Amino acid sequence: MTKKSDTELIISGIRKDKRLPEQTREIKMKIGNIVSANGSAEVSFGNTVALASVHGPRPLFPRHLQESQKGILRVRYNMAPFSVVDRKSPGPDRRSTEISKVTRLALEPALFLDDYPKVTVDGFVEIIQADGSTRVTGINALSLALASAGIPMKDLVTACSVGKINGTLVVDLNGEEDNNSEADVAFAIIPNRNLVSLLQMDGILTKEELIQLLELAKRTCKKIYEMQREALLEKYKGEE
Amino acid sequence: METYALELIQNGKRIDKREFTQFRNIEIKDSVIDTAEGSAYVRMGNTQVIVGVKMGIGTPFPDTPNEGILSVSAEFTPLASPEFESGPPGEDAVELARIIDRGIRESKTIEMEKLVITPGEKVRSVFIDIYIIDNQGNLLDAAALAALSALLSARMPKLDVEGNIIRGEHEGKLSVVHKPITVSVCKVGDKLFLDPTKEEESILDAKLSIAVSEDDKICAMQKQGSKGIEFDMLEKMIDIAIEKSRELRKLVK
Repeated sequence: MTKKSDTELIISGIRKDKRLPEQTREIKMKIGNIVSANGSAEVSFGNTVALASVHGPRPLFPRHLQESQKGILRVRYNMAPFSVVDRKSPGPDRRSTEISKVTRLALEPALFLDDYPKVTVDGFVEIIQADGSTRVTGINALSLALASAGIPMKDLVTACSVGKINGTLVVDLNGEEDNNSEADVAFAIIPNRNLVSLLQMDGILTKEELIQLLELAKRTCKKIYEMQREALLEKYKGEE
Repeated sequence: METYALELIQNGKRIDKREFTQFRNIEIKDSVIDTAEGSAYVRMGNTQVIVGVKMGIGTPFPDTPNEGILSVSAEFTPLASPEFESGPPGEDAVELARIIDRGIRESKTIEMEKLVITPGEKVRSVFIDIYIIDNQGNLLDAAALAALSALLSARMPKLDVEGNIIRGEHEGKLSVVHKPITVSVCKVGDKLFLDPTKEEESILDAKLSIAVSEDDKICAMQKQGSKGIEFDMLEKMIDIAIEKSRELRKLVK
């Protein structure tokens, strides 16, 4: 996919979907909708919808995969065949292999896995509808699912995308913006530790633009973080 | 050995006595494989990588009818490390290939428009195959350097009147117009350093790999490792990568 900047994505400061540069799409969060899982969440950013569930902590087999001192986190990110306009053939590909890995690494620093020798926590992300920024939507969902599964966490993990379209720095790129951006950045942070746990960028940016985008991503994550907290409180308030 | 490497780093030293921003010796040889259109061998300390560039003919992707095809793959061959197993590329090999792919693609290193034979129908394809021969740390930076050198050495196969490749004959060089350099900045606690050995790699908190173009612009970035990076350290890491990329670029012909 080559980045083109000739598509008009932003006209006099307003994006094609009527958003301001620093405005996210409508964000929805739902927790605990998959009863068979230990924890689950559904997060949508506009038309991008991610389901996440967590199974475990549970014993890990085959045994040679076990770590004697700590538990491990395994993550599968997957896109449903019907989640995109042209059907995606099912099963893992190179893209999903990489995203599974970076999603795991984005969440791992927030978990207390030392308390769980020899077990695994399995996280599954299914993108059921895709319109850009799927990996960060998935990370937000999986973070909530882990919390709702009762896995001890240092904090939630909050993620968002930022990028540059038609020369303007924006947040939460939709599919069309993503495909035609000059640059895009996937970002996740563990807010109370100020620790960046996902950072991927492609495109062309000056250092100054990049720094501005990182600040913008951090500010945006702060807002998303509040929503995640509220969603959890909403679900579990009053429960003993 | 690992704990020792960690202790040293924390005390501002390294296992092989290098400065924190010093790379191991780098040797680059291009055109090392006769059967490939372009190739390069890179040795970075004891890490060895060979990259071969093969070119073919293909159908362009529907969304880019006026561009050639670029494909990057990496093989972590079992000969390179006791940890590498035969079989389809694992997670790390896939990630490495995709990071290098983005560094080349996003910086527009190759003039993809010049690879078109018939718009929308027939284009040249460029396959970059990364072969890890010996893994002694910092595979990504070594592989990126080898990929760039291989591309710079690549010749275009000659086409007959029907647009089919005549093997063994060439017409000019592949049009390579940028020189992105990837520098991975490693982090242990508050210490930042470059070009980790295998021992140092095993004790990293995290690593930020940054591809920088010749005009100091950032064209790709990937955070690796199982711990986070303090937000306030990011700018310093970017600065280190930009500065080092200028030095490494001089090694590429």
